[in-house]
Amino acid sequence: MLRLLKRPIRLRFWGERLVKLSLKRKQEELEAPFKADWKRVPHALLILEPATSRYYYTGDWRTFKPVMDRNKCTAYRSPLACLLCWVYCPEGCIYITDGGGVDVDLNYCKGCGICAKECPVEAITMMEEEK
Amino acid sequence: MGKRIAVEDSHAAALAVKLANVDVVAAYPITPQTHIVEELSRMVADGELDAEYINVESEHSALSACIGASAVGARCFTATAGPGLALMHEILFIAAGNRFPIVMAITNRCLSPNLNIWGDQSDIMASRDCGWIQIFAENAQEIFDLILSAFKIAEDNRVMLPIAVNFDGFYATHVVERMDLPEEREVRRFLPPHRKKADYRLDPDNPVTFGAIGFPSVQFELKRQWEEALCRSKQVIKEVWQEFDRIFGRHYEVLELYRMEDAEIGFMLMGGSCGTCRVAVDRLRERGFKIGMIKLRLYRPFPKEEILEATSKLKTLITVDKHICLGGLGGPLFNDLRSLFYGTPHQVDIVGFMAGIGGRDITIEDFERMFDRTVKRELPPEKYVFMVRGEN
Repeated sequence: MLRLLKRPIRLRFWGERLVKLSLKRKQEELEAPFKADWKRVPHALLILEPATSRYYYTGDWRTFKPVMDRNKCTAYRSPLACLLCWVYCPEGCIYITDGGGVDVDLNYCKGCGICAKECPVEAITMMEEEK
Repeated sequence: MGKRIAVEDSHAAALAVKLANVDVVAAYPITPQTHIVEELSRMVADGELDAEYINVESEHSALSACIGASAVGARCFTATAGPGLALMHEILFIAAGNRFPIVMAITNRCLSPNLNIWGDQSDIMASRDCGWIQIFAENAQEIFDLILSAFKIAEDNRVMLPIAVNFDGFYATHVVERMDLPEEREVRRFLPPHRKKADYRLDPDNPVTFGAIGFPSVQFELKRQWEEALCRSKQVIKEVWQEFDRIFGRHYEVLELYRMEDAEIGFMLMGGSCGTCRVAVDRLRERGFKIGMIKLRLYRPFPKEEILEATSKLKTLITVDKHICLGGLGGPLFNDLRSLFYGTPHQVDIVGFMAGIGGRDITIEDFERMFDRTVKRELPPEKYVFMVRGEN
């Protein structure tokens, strides 16, 4: 029974790893022209493909990451979620999960701590990140 | 053939812009604006020029509006002077670094304090490292011709840089001079009526990003590429001016030499004072001195090779700057030339004079006085002199 419960979680883990790997490849592909010497960098450093900033992970800038305590968060505890973290996040990193809970996209979270500050039930704490 | 007209120099600039068939003119009509954009706004309002005239809220916005329009592919023009150029300063770099072929007329004026908008070159000299092509014109004909050719130079694929055509505030802008105005048919042979489709432009069907974040890992390469484009533009400038000569019969070079054939001493300066200097050179020639004048038409990119060639027989070069590098080493042209000659085998004695600051007249007698002081060695050890009461 326990094994059956764990399996989908493992699959999700590997799925995420695969997505991350392909994103990494895309990131390198986009950066390559800008790593050339000055005669070969794009004219006026123009970016010819639209919407590529999503491949730039601002999450790398982070020192502290938000950790959510699902036992306190209103989105998990009651049918009336406050979603103040979602409202206040300046980077739009907080998203509503399929089940109606909230989660943080750590690829882009810069660790500003506004969500932790605004959470009325203190469900979010900022933890120093080890890299 | 065209016709010979009498025209105010500001209006000569406006006529060139009209014949260039610009798509967008953006300007801010405050003092110290000139009659250039006033005349252009009249032309647009009267239906003589089919262009978008954008009245913006500041000079900062005037150039910003031109940048936006130029990014789409429009041929853009703006004009400014003195404090207006200073307010534009930030955007000057963006226009050049993102390679927008905008043409701007700058009527050189002093910067405050005290409140002074008379003619000197302190505005453009304070912005001289902005990466634009900088051309200096002397009179109505030159203003007209150089603005017209500036569009062709700027829009060349090998250049794609903005151009500032400088001329003297008041001394040039507010005088009426004689000028040959070509017919539109001739102008169309020289300059196509629209910009050709740019390789990179703002297009909803094919989006590109201009001016994205430039991390320390890429910014230096951008600047180096930009510097190279600016230096290489000199060749294109020469080609375009040769073509201009073929079509209109007026010849322009990056340097204009006056009585330099056998000269041992030469004046070197830019802008409207060259006319006065020519008369001074004639008078000194009558007194028996071997003297000439070099008019610097192209200031950036600095025509190094041409200057070295033109001065190869000179013993002394007298520079006349209408700007002071405060706390530095004299005037900007004096500095450039000293740097250029340092370490070269042919050593020319360079003496710098700063004159005409804040719109003060530089008279024929002033040029003679500069010459006398140079030959009599009445010079301070640093070899630059302020032509100011108490030191002159």
